[in-house]
Parts: sequence; C-alpha cells; structure tokens
Amino acid sequence: MKTMTFFGLMAGSSLIAGAAMAEGTLNLYNWTDYTSPEMIDKFEAETGIDVVLDTYDSNETLLAKMQAGATGYDIIVPSHNFVPIFISEGLVQKVDATQMENFANVQDRWKNPEWDPDQQYTVPFHWGSASVSYRPDLYGKELTSYGEYFEPSENVKGRIGVFKTPEEIVNLAHLYLGQDFCNENPEEMQKVQDLLVAQKPDVVAYSSEGMNDRLINGDTIITSHWNGYSFKGRKLAEEAGKEITYAYPEEGVIGWSDSLMIPVGAENVENAKIFMNFIMDPKNMGMQSNFAGYGGPIEGQREFMNADLRDAPEINVPEDAKMIFSFACNEKSQKLIDRVWTNVLR
Amino acid sequence: MANLPSNPALRRTLSLAPALGIIGIFMLIPVGIIAVFSFLEAKSFGGVVWSFSTDAYVQLLYERALDDSLILSPGYLIIIWRSFLLAGIAMLCCLVVGFPVAYFISRQPLQHRNMWILLITIPFWTNQLVRTFAWIIILGRNGIIEAPFHWVGILGSDDTLGLMYSNFAIAVGLTYTFIPLMVLPIYASLEKLDFTLVEAAADLYSSKWEAFSKVIIPLSKPGIIAGCLLVFIPSLGAFIQPDLLGGGKNMMLGTLVQFQFSTARNWPFGAAIAMILLAAVVIFLMIYARAARGQQKMELH
Amino acid sequence: MAAIEHSKPKKRRAFGEVPGLGALAIAFMMFLYLPILVLVVYSFNAGNIVMVWTGFSTDWYARAFANEDIRKAAINSLVVATSATAIATTCATLAALALARGGSFKGKGATVGVITLPLMVPEIVTAVAMLVFFSNIGLNFGLGNVILAHVTFCIPFAFMPIRARLDGMDTTLEQASRDLYASDWETFRLVTLPQLMPGVLAGAMLSFVISMDDFIITLMVAGAGDTTLPVYIYSMIRQGITPEINAVSSILLLFSIVLVTAYWFVTRTKPDGKNR
Repeated sequence: MKTMTFFGLMAGSSLIAGAAMAEGTLNLYNWTDYTSPEMIDKFEAETGIDVVLDTYDSNETLLAKMQAGATGYDIIVPSHNFVPIFISEGLVQKVDATQMENFANVQDRWKNPEWDPDQQYTVPFHWGSASVSYRPDLYGKELTSYGEYFEPSENVKGRIGVFKTPEEIVNLAHLYLGQDFCNENPEEMQKVQDLLVAQKPDVVAYSSEGMNDRLINGDTIITSHWNGYSFKGRKLAEEAGKEITYAYPEEGVIGWSDSLMIPVGAENVENAKIFMNFIMDPKNMGMQSNFAGYGGPIEGQREFMNADLRDAPEINVPEDAKMIFSFACNEKSQKLIDRVWTNVLR
Repeated sequence: MANLPSNPALRRTLSLAPALGIIGIFMLIPVGIIAVFSFLEAKSFGGVVWSFSTDAYVQLLYERALDDSLILSPGYLIIIWRSFLLAGIAMLCCLVVGFPVAYFISRQPLQHRNMWILLITIPFWTNQLVRTFAWIIILGRNGIIEAPFHWVGILGSDDTLGLMYSNFAIAVGLTYTFIPLMVLPIYASLEKLDFTLVEAAADLYSSKWEAFSKVIIPLSKPGIIAGCLLVFIPSLGAFIQPDLLGGGKNMMLGTLVQFQFSTARNWPFGAAIAMILLAAVVIFLMIYARAARGQQKMELH
Repeated sequence: MAAIEHSKPKKRRAFGEVPGLGALAIAFMMFLYLPILVLVVYSFNAGNIVMVWTGFSTDWYARAFANEDIRKAAINSLVVATSATAIATTCATLAALALARGGSFKGKGATVGVITLPLMVPEIVTAVAMLVFFSNIGLNFGLGNVILAHVTFCIPFAFMPIRARLDGMDTTLEQASRDLYASDWETFRLVTLPQLMPGVLAGAMLSFVISMDDFIITLMVAGAGDTTLPVYIYSMIRQGITPEINAVSSILLLFSIVLVTAYWFVTRTKPDGKNR
C-alpha cells in the first residue's frame, strides 16, 4: 500500500468528476507527480468543480511558457525564488490569501514570506530542502560536510551526481565556501567556478532526473538531491536492499517553498480561489503531502500524514541543522551564475 | 474532379500552396521573429527588450570574464565543433548500417518489402525517452552488456565498463534514434531501380564493386543525400541523448540553445545560436546544390 | 566481355545479391529490437524501479489502464499524430509532385528551402517561436494548435522520401497513359500514385514517428488539457521512470503491431499490381 501512496494514480478520478455537478472547471498546471489524486477527487466531490491537470518539469519551463504568452491555466505552482519574477513580469494576479477562510491554518513561519511580504499573490504550498544524498553502505561513514562532495576523496572519485541546472548547485558551493547567495562579487564567483570545474572529472552525470536510480545502482555514491525525492529514493532503495541517506551537512541545507499563484488571464479565478482555500485545510494538505512526499505549511496537517512520512528525517530538519532560503537573484548575479555554468559545461 | 487545371503553372502553384502556406505562416514568420529577437537585448527574466543590439552575436566569440572585461573565448566554438563532430559520427554510423539494410530490403520480393519497412518503424512508435531509457539498462552499470562480465568475474561487483555517460553512449543513442530517417529515404530511391537494367549495365564493369559504385550508388544518391540530411540536422540540435546518455557533461548545440531559452533566460543569445546554426546548414546545402548541379552538367557532356 | 575475362562460378549470383546481407539485416533488427525487448520485459517488473528487477507482475498494466491521465495523453497523441500525418503527407506529396513534374520555374530552389526549413531549426527555437506567434495572433484552437505545429514540422519529413522516390522515377508509363487518352486525374490515380506509393508510405511513417515522439514543441505549444504522451512522460521522468511508463509503451507497441499485422494480411490477399 505504501507504494500506492507514492506512485498513486488517477484511478477512477474521471468517474467521480463526471458524476459531480458541473460547476465549471479548474485548469491546474503543476509539477509532475506533485498532485494527489485523492485530494483532487475530494475537491471535485465537495465542490463539483472539474479539475483538468497538466504538468511541467521545471520552473524554467513554466516561466518560458508564461513569458511566451501561454494562457488557459488557472493555477500555477512556481518555487519561491521564481515568485518575485512572476510578480515583477506581470504574469500573475493578486489573490489576497489573507482574506481566505482557511488562511488562519497557515503556520506563522510561512505567512508573509520574504518573496511575497504582504501575501498578496501567493498561497503557500509544499516546502523542502536541497542538499546531498549518499549511499552510506558504499561511502562507509557519515557525511558531515560538503567537502567530500565538491572535493571527492579516492573512495567516491568519479561517482558524483550533480543537478542539471545551476541554481541549487551554485548555492551549495556558496554554502561550502562560506559565501553569500546571489553573489555579485566576481572573485568569489571565480572560486565557485574553480570548485565546480575541479569537481567535473569526478561527475558521472549532470542531471536532475533519475538521481535515485543512479544512487541505487551505484553509478553515484554522493549526489545533490531534494529531500522529498530522496525520501522516495530511500523507500525504493530498501526494496532493493540498499541504503540512501539524506545528509544535513554542517554548512547547512538550502530551503525552498512552492506557492500557488493565479496567472493573468486565468478564466476560472473564483474556482482557483476555492481551490486555494481548500488546500489550506489541514486534512487536504496532509493528503497532498502523503502523495508528494514533502512537508507542508499548514498547522495540524501532521495528524493526517502517514507515519513514515511524518517522522521521516528527510522532511524533519534536525534542530541543530541550518536551513538557508535562497531567493531570486538580481540580473547581475544571475548572469554570473549563467557564465559560471556555461564555463563548467562547455 | 475528372480533370486537374490544365494550365501547368496554375496547377503547380495550387499543388505547392498547402505546403508552402502552412510552412510560410507557421514556420517562416516564427523564424523571422527569432531572427529579430537575435538582434534585441535580453530581458532579465526571459523575453526581449525592444532595443537593437548585437550583443548576442558578440557573445559567441567573446566572453565577458567574470569581472566584465571582454576576452576572446573559444568556449562556444568548442560546443559547435563537438556538435558537428557527434552529428557527423551519428550520420556516418547510420549510413554504414542503414545503406546495406535499405539495399537488402529493396532486393526482397515485393510483398515482403513493406513488411520490412514496417518492422523498422515499429520500434519508433514507442516513446523516444522510453527507448533512450532502455539503453541505460543495456549500457549502464550492472546492465545487460556488463552482466556477463560480472558472471565470469572479469568485473568486480563494484566495477563498471563505463559505457554509460560517455560520448560513446551519445553516439549509440543518436544512431539508434535517427536510423529510420536514413533507411527509409535510401530504400525509397533504391526500390525504384530496375535491377535487370542495373545488371545489364553492370556487365560493362570489371568488378562487382566497380559496378556497385558506378551504378547503384549514383542512382540511389538522392536517397542517400536525403537520409544524411534527415539524420545530420536533427542530430545537431539533439539534446535528449546528450542529457540522458551522456550525463549532460558537455554541452551540445541543442542543450546550449535549450539552456539559453530556459535556465539562462537569454532569449537573444539562444536565438543568435539558432540563426548561426540555420545559416551553417543553409550554406552547407547551397554548396551541395551547386556541386550537384555541376556534376549533372558534367554527366550531360 | 566480362564473362570471358572473369571465370565466374557456375551458379552465378544475380547481380546485386551480396552474401551476408541477410545476416546484417537480422543483426540490424536485433539492434533495433533489443531496447524494445528490454522495455517490454521490464514492464513486467514488480518493483517500483525500472532498473532493478524484483519479480514478475502485471500490476503496472492494471495501473496504466486505470490511469486516466495517461489514457487521455495517449489519445491526444494518437489524434495529433494521425491528423498531422494525414495532412502533412498530403501537402508533401502535392508539393513533391509539383516540384518533380511541374517543370523548372523561378524560385524552385527557394521553394525546396522553405519546405525543408522546419528541419533546420533546433526544436526549442521552433517551440518558442511558434508559441510567441500563436499567442500574438491569438490562435487558440486547443489541440488544433498542437496539430498545426506538428503538421508544420512533419511536412519536410514526409517530403524528403517522396521527393527521393520521384527523382528520376520513370515517366514513360505516365506518358503512355496520357497517350491512351487517360485524363490527368486518372493518370495520377492509376499510374503515378501507385508508383509513388512506397515513397508516400515511407513519408507517412516518418511523419507519424516524428509526431508521436515530439515533446519539446508540444510542451510549449500545448494549452490546458492538451498534454500528449511524450510531454507526460518527459515531465514524469523527473521523479524517476517507473515500469508503468514501460507498460504504457508496451500497450502502444502491441496496438501498432496489431495494426501492422492487419495491414499485412489485407495487402497480402490482393497481391501485386500495387507497385509496378
């Protein structure tokens, strides 16, 4: 049954949707494998609104598509560092989450976040962290620093995995080097570049997909990873008699948070707001967490979460671990990041 | 419907209209937009600012160092070279394998030929990503190729041949992906050859090889050219194989353009690379067309 | 002459029959079908990871059938690929005929250039360019947008084999037909088209394959509810590919094999007269 929760599918969802009274539709545009079918069924049954789900693979795809003028979606789910971009580019409209009935359920730490200080545009969704995961059985000890990741010892040489896009990996390098995020200092960025170029010969793949596959079959011993994804990986590895551990290195981990937003030009704004209010209910968000494998921002949702996820080390940041949120970098530092990345991969 | 328009020019125009119309509107205009984009300034978060700039083209050859000084940089040229090289290798592999197969099929009894062609296309009715993933299982660590080595004990339990995440894997992936694009056009041109005539002509030559190279190759040339173009050009812009099988370690043109449009959010630069790629292909085609025309004249004399 | 100069074996091989070609063709088929075999075998994997075999199970098929999203995406894909192939192949055949039989005219080279243009532009550029264009002119036919995009990039793929077939195709039969007072249409339908058929078939096959595989252009151009199978799969691999995708692919494969077998039996019952 566990696996059903993780890879649960849309069995029967259309039957229920078809039976419900037609109260219009909601075009939800969300990350793949990130929308709980049970939660959607419940929403459709309660409201009679028909949900049409489409999926995308990255913030970049979402942004490029919205910039090019795509329409038809009522809810999109960008990450926190993209939220200010969507706002400043005029791609989203105000939702005024504070006026919603269930907004009171949101934990204080997720109210009025840095990326949307007045809570005008966003409703908080899952949050999590990025760090590295490793195979303790192959690595042989506990991973306590990014040192072994960026400057691998003989033991892990040639068996390192890195994300495909630079945002998180450059930030991990900043953490390791003790620098600020969104760095505009060319000399510090040069150090980041040197570090990543030196690491390259030991990298098996720059890919943000299939990290669990590579960890499990031993292609990589240490790889950059997201917490919820790593949680799923740990479960898969257990099936295959292997181990995967999500590390909380002493330098800290990178925090992220996704938000629900309504694009300009959405046709079903009211339905989108009904959905936003719906998801801020502890039971519904708990259901959603069970499927996605990530924690959420709603007070009391824990009691609706499966025990293994609720207590998973991946989603419960240890007391003594640092979690630092990245934010949207300005143009200058973004350009530096892109140049570093091009220089690494050319 | 009994008769088509009798005026040949009118008939020609009408026949060309649908294809030209569709491509003209939905391809030529968008490409024009991209050409314009390549001369504009990048907006910080994707999109363009409407002011003229050649930055995108300057960026190809010169690099701003991290401290903003302009230095000549071979970085992108290396990427372009690598892409041409891999696409060329993929094209050659496809040709070397594809031609004999197309030839073999064209020599089969009539009713078997279409069957063979269908057999060749069937694997490609499954998704490209899934097929590419299957290659990971074949080439990868503890994969199907490595398995016998592990049994025999040549490879230790934690060793690998390192076939995956390499240029070799990219070449295999590209060849596999694009081979039907080589076989089908060659087959289409070989199939129409009248082999009794070919055989008669062949008697004029002293060896089979000579007959082959002087009769069959020239006659199937349109198919070979079509196949080579159909393989080479998409290979240049490919990015699934470099990403999934090559491990994304070295950028290719496809990944570079992709990167500029998505992650780096520099649309003008992405557009400029695309225009250069387009220009390279067009020049290549024009040289070929001129050479082909010259050769035809030679043959007439 | 040649027969005198070279002492040939008694049982003379027909020219063009090269020994070992059959073996090569079979090896080639193995190369083609090995990944497909792997794909099908691993669709019966009981575990959640494609690459680690944990036992036999048909669960993934049950799930694939029950998965409304996958089914919807597969139907979208089939609709798009079938319509795009039909339209693109028709356009390409007409264009190829006009170019091969229409005599020479000014701008012939440019015409070929325009028709093959979609081949030369990297997919991501086409994708962004089309989306910008579609949204600027307010074109919004839902799945129709996707079909239009697919027709556009399928035309050159259909065009190339047809053109290759037409190049140097014997015109004596066509002339004979006209000499016998057949109308142009009859000549086309009864003489040219049957001769051209292998090229048309090859072109249509290519279009279909290309359309079924495309995701980057579709990903961009598709609107709400227009997700096709490749787009679905592409976004799904972010979480690691599960045997479910293999199961879906196997089902599609079975579907196409059934179609092909049916086609084979139909064409076998009325032999020949078709190609020459």
